[in-house]
Amino acid sequence: MNSQSDADNGVILRTHDVSKTFGKFRALKNISASFPRGAITSIIGPNGAGKSTYFNLLSGAFPPSSGRVEFEGRDVTNVPQHKFAHMGVAKSFQITNVFPLLSTRENVRVALQALVSCYDIWRPRAKLPGLAEKADALLMQVGIWHCRDRVAKTLAHGEQRALEIGMALASDPRLLLLDEPTAGMSPEETRVMMDLIVKLARERTVILVEHKMKLVMGISDRVLVLHHGELLVDGTPSEVRQDQQVKRVYLGQREH
Amino acid sequence: MSDVPQTIADASDRSNSLFDMAVRHRAILASVFLLMFPLIMPFKALAANILIYGLYALGFNLLFGFLGLLSFGHAALFGTGAYFCGIAIVHFGLPWYVAILIGTLGGAGMAAIIGVLAVRTRGIYFAMVTMALAQCVYYLFYQAEGWTGGENGLRGINVRVIDIFGLKFDFLDPLTRYYVIAAFVILALFVLSRILASPFGAVIEAVRENEARARASGYNVMLTRLLTFILSGAFCGLAGALAALHLSIVPIEMLHYETSGMVVMMALLGGMGTFFGPFVGAAVFMLLENLVSLWTVHWQLIVGAVFVACVLFFPAGIWGTILRRIHK
Repeated sequence: MNSQSDADNGVILRTHDVSKTFGKFRALKNISASFPRGAITSIIGPNGAGKSTYFNLLSGAFPPSSGRVEFEGRDVTNVPQHKFAHMGVAKSFQITNVFPLLSTRENVRVALQALVSCYDIWRPRAKLPGLAEKADALLMQVGIWHCRDRVAKTLAHGEQRALEIGMALASDPRLLLLDEPTAGMSPEETRVMMDLIVKLARERTVILVEHKMKLVMGISDRVLVLHHGELLVDGTPSEVRQDQQVKRVYLGQREH
Repeated sequence: MSDVPQTIADASDRSNSLFDMAVRHRAILASVFLLMFPLIMPFKALAANILIYGLYALGFNLLFGFLGLLSFGHAALFGTGAYFCGIAIVHFGLPWYVAILIGTLGGAGMAAIIGVLAVRTRGIYFAMVTMALAQCVYYLFYQAEGWTGGENGLRGINVRVIDIFGLKFDFLDPLTRYYVIAAFVILALFVLSRILASPFGAVIEAVRENEARARASGYNVMLTRLLTFILSGAFCGLAGALAALHLSIVPIEMLHYETSGMVVMMALLGGMGTFFGPFVGAAVFMLLENLVSLWTVHWQLIVGAVFVACVLFFPAGIWGTILRRIHK
């Protein structure tokens, strides 16, 4: 499939035969998949299935050992991580990852600034137009505007995760990658986060990695199931639910 | 529920408005203090030394305190600044202000060379790589005897008169000398304050706080580290150049790793990551060294004990602890 047709047939991200080995351990084995634009695609699988490794390849944290990653028809296999935000791809981390000692608003403001000014050592940063307002708007969108002046590390876990999403949205990404966005959350926080993800997906493509299968079935358009570093099933939630292999993989595991 | 923290935040804002104002005008306040400083000091030459080493520690602190990279090779930047300034005067007969500029650029240039090789590493590896490269620089200057005087140091940096726009100042007068040096240090304070308040200052903070997040937000962490290292080198190079003028000689010890270690102590004593802490650290260090050595030759024992006590009981440093007390 060449690049031009990817842009036409609505594929935003594609992996060609990607593998990743750590020493002798093969974490991912020849995964080829495409991710449709405008949809929510979930990557699920039991512990150690290679979900996070796959996520890291998709988000450019490290390159695959072999194979190719394409974003909007462009080969991004060896593009360094910091360029992804500028291309329109943003991610949130599995472990909460904010700037702990900065205020909530400054967290988002810094993320916004990345697209405007990186190396200006002379102009006062307060004079960059519109960043504070945009930061406030993003904080409102993710529902933590009331925390704007607090130091980020004092926020509750769920609020920090929301802040992280707010920072990911700063680059107004066309593709949003979320690594276990509800990890460690209470049921109430989880519900709020899922609602937020559905809301965000109306305007952009979302790919999320999730350990809890039940959680994503209701909101996903497509589901990829990984197992032992291989792509087991790629289909709609109902196809995945009825798949015998998936049942076997998840059998004996406590459903969350 | 959201109202509660809000009110607390507002109240603390009000009580700290004076503090915030002081922070906003930190460069002016620091400058005023430095202008008054020689009046309370027993020896003017020591006051000038404190200025110079304070500036050296300030440059170091930009990298260590604000970006979070511990270098054990800053003597190379300080020493290169001093030698370049001295060589410009002794071998090329250039005017003092050109020599200071050359020293500053020398420090920045040396930082660029060391930085390119070192910024890929982190933590203890960064400290080791910078230290090893600084030892190379030491050896280089040590061997280039024709240019640097080798073991004897570079002698003959005799600047007697400082002329600015037709005004002539007697550089041999200790107080005049102090104020000439202070003029450059104050300039550096304003530049640093500006850098910290700039967009790049925000990037420095972001990288210190969370490298992975900064990278994901779209910042080139490696380049940020390198640029900060070079800026740090410019400040340290300026300090070295001023030291060359102040001492009229560049001793080879300026490049010694003890000079690298000393600046780490000064920054920690004063308070890493604070604007004025490096000067406090340099002042305490040098006052202790000078006053205690009048009383006993074992001054290093006392300075060491004070240093250990500081690290154990005031990990934020002297100035850092004072700031916290006021802020609370």
